[in-house]
Amino acid sequence: MNTTDRRVDVLVIGAGPAGLALAARAARAGAGRVEVLERDQQPGGVPRHCHHGGFGSPPRPWLHGPEYARRAVTAALDAGVALRTGVTATGWAGPLTLETTSPAGLERITARAVVLATGARERPRSARLVPGTRPAGVLTTGELQRSLHAYAQPAGRRAVLVGAEPVSRHAARALRRAGTQAVAMLTEHPRGTALPGVPLLTRTTVTALHGRGRLTGVAVRHQDGRAGVIACDTVVFTGDWIPDHELARRGGITLDPGTRGPCVDPAFRTTTPGVFAIGNALHGAEPAATAAAEGTAAAPAVLAHLTGTPWPTPGPRLLPESPLTWITPNHLPTPATRPLLLRATTPLPTPLLQAHQDGRPLWHHRFPTHVPPSRSLHLPPGWTRRIDGEGGPVILSVS
Amino acid sequence: MSVTTRGALPGGAYDVTVIGAGVVGSAIARELARLPLRIALLDASDDVGDGTSKANTAILHTGFDAVPGSLESRLVRDGSRRLAAYAAENGIPVEPLGALLVAWDGEQHAALPSLAAKAGRNGYHDARIVTAEEVRSREPHLGPGVLGALDVPGESVICPWTTTLAYATQAVRAGVDLHLNCRVDAVTSGDPHLLATGRGPLRTRHLVNAAGLYADEIDRLLGHDDFTVTPRRGQLVVFDALARDLVRHILLPVPGALGKGVLVAPTVHGKVMLGPTAEDLDDKTATGSTAEGLALLREKGRRILPALLDEEVTAVYAGLRAATGSEDYAIRAHPAQRYVTVGGIRSTGLTASMAIAAHVVDLLAEGGLPTSGAEDLEPLRMPNLGEAFPRPYRDAELIASDPEYGRIVCHCERVTRGEIRDALASTVPPGSLDGLRRRTRARAGRCQGFHCGAEVRALLESKARP
Repeated sequence: MNTTDRRVDVLVIGAGPAGLALAARAARAGAGRVEVLERDQQPGGVPRHCHHGGFGSPPRPWLHGPEYARRAVTAALDAGVALRTGVTATGWAGPLTLETTSPAGLERITARAVVLATGARERPRSARLVPGTRPAGVLTTGELQRSLHAYAQPAGRRAVLVGAEPVSRHAARALRRAGTQAVAMLTEHPRGTALPGVPLLTRTTVTALHGRGRLTGVAVRHQDGRAGVIACDTVVFTGDWIPDHELARRGGITLDPGTRGPCVDPAFRTTTPGVFAIGNALHGAEPAATAAAEGTAAAPAVLAHLTGTPWPTPGPRLLPESPLTWITPNHLPTPATRPLLLRATTPLPTPLLQAHQDGRPLWHHRFPTHVPPSRSLHLPPGWTRRIDGEGGPVILSVS
Repeated sequence: MSVTTRGALPGGAYDVTVIGAGVVGSAIARELARLPLRIALLDASDDVGDGTSKANTAILHTGFDAVPGSLESRLVRDGSRRLAAYAAENGIPVEPLGALLVAWDGEQHAALPSLAAKAGRNGYHDARIVTAEEVRSREPHLGPGVLGALDVPGESVICPWTTTLAYATQAVRAGVDLHLNCRVDAVTSGDPHLLATGRGPLRTRHLVNAAGLYADEIDRLLGHDDFTVTPRRGQLVVFDALARDLVRHILLPVPGALGKGVLVAPTVHGKVMLGPTAEDLDDKTATGSTAEGLALLREKGRRILPALLDEEVTAVYAGLRAATGSEDYAIRAHPAQRYVTVGGIRSTGLTASMAIAAHVVDLLAEGGLPTSGAEDLEPLRMPNLGEAFPRPYRDAELIASDPEYGRIVCHCERVTRGEIRDALASTVPPGSLDGLRRRTRARAGRCQGFHCGAEVRALLESKARP
């Protein structure tokens, strides 16, 4: 058996909220054969494992992740999308040709438009350089949710959660439902949102893991120097998302140093003509509704590309200044039409945001709320019309 | 052919028992397996290669920098040839990348000629000094300040996990009894020797001590006090596969007054390794990493290969080398006692393992072990863990014959269900997730189980429950 060569019109990599939304809209708009590849056995992406409410737009408390995922899958199938699961895109055989592996064999699929919707993952313990021994019982939220919900695997008796943001709370609740005691949540930040009944340690970091075979404790240190060991047999590293950008990198697509996802313009076009990127592959974890909205918003640009609209040359870069850490889109050959997403590494109390280009103020706005590092600011897009397309980078700063 | 992990040990006396199923002990058991003898291989852990061997720097050395005239020099040189041939025959991944000993200051640069001369005294004549320009053209991502390098084209990287496993597998298939979870607590020397283990008594006429970090303690049980093992911790950081293009050679440090230093090397699994540290400790179980160690490695790594520090880390671990204070292996025969100690085997033990094994069998013969009737063993075809060689997920014919090789479970490392199934059914099956990782690479990638952890665990546990 040899590798099979096929052609499609739109090839979407990843059947999560973003990929499914784009595929559904593109297929309904008559994009031709729209094929979505999903490496998991089941489509739907991360929401499948999120057994909590609040999905949808606006958020619906009664809408749980698995149901949300099912609806997205149904919508795509109803639109005529070819959805193939258990198929992994392993690399590129040309600028718009993906190599795939599945139980059915190897394929090379060439598309007129490729859409990367590969999602994001949490940085595990090793990537966070947490020292100590290497016992069992060390998880990310992603692994925890899958082990609890897809495999009904036990998660120990006492768990510490690293992180105090929405995903951390979801992890804590999932543990409780499984009969595991959440003994503490900790965050390096001055504040966080814990769960009633779970002690929250702020300005605290994990300094080491203890235990052989199984985890026996987590050594922590407070900013003021106080230190101790919390006895536990499970630790869940939550948050700290990074786009799954392997395919983008292997395809030579320019990444943005801030997001570590593909660098895109307001129409979700990457630096490679014909290749788009959407959803959490662009920026790490945003709510499923945001990812789906990006998918929907990218569909017209995909269709335009199919009908011959030329690929623009990159416009002025958007450069966030510390403590701002990333912004999408990453460059603006045309003004933005949707809110820009912006994040900081530290909490921002009622931040005053400013945008400058070549020393010229473009826009400023004070946000009246406290903005934690786990949440994006949504910047209105209107001011981007003032950007000089021939000018230098646009600097975003906060004061 | 048997592997046992619990319960009482078989009765009757073994002809030879090897304590320690690391890379050296397993190599010895494999060499002995060629003889018509009853042989046991014991390990305190639940897997082979679970101590020092699993945390090796994974280099197949030429032996160019050994102490000329030492036993180590001879065995590394001999072992390097043997293992290269064995690896090619049995499917152990090896990449002959060559090494560059990069000089970053005047003192290091001045040391290069004597290192080249030392290589010659070790019988290695291909080392040559190259200019800064040549180093830079061959390694464009090196940090600034390179003054030159010693080029050692014969150095390779190898898979340490597959090597140990291949030895043990071949030994078991040839009739060796592998007893895991079997710590030796006491030895009553005699004929036969009586070993008290965590799983009951075991009798053996001849005894080989390849207990690694614990070789000195076993030695004392036999009444010898030749050396003391000081655990020397080496912490290592492994960077993601996307960093692999940053480095083409094994970048060895120029050894200085403060020891051998930190290296940067590609791994056969397609990643990049940075390390090790060198910390002398008292605790033979102190395999934890430390904030200080990691900071040191990052500082060194930033100088060697600045772009590396911007890449994702997939693994941090620490191994303990069995340092003895001597600059040579402590291999001692006690013929009257029908006992051989294989102590003080440092980082080079992986390379030298087959030569050590042949040497030990000669020493056992001096103690009266009958060594006639050696037969060649059936060659193996180990599952390929090497990134430079064909892996199942890319093999259309294999997938056509068995679709399970097209079902990718661990996405980061592209490990298929077929490979996991095979590992669980193999001659020396894994007893833990770590053991499964060393056989398949499952969970060894950037996500560390975010995506596949639960499924891999489920597959392991479905096998574990009979």
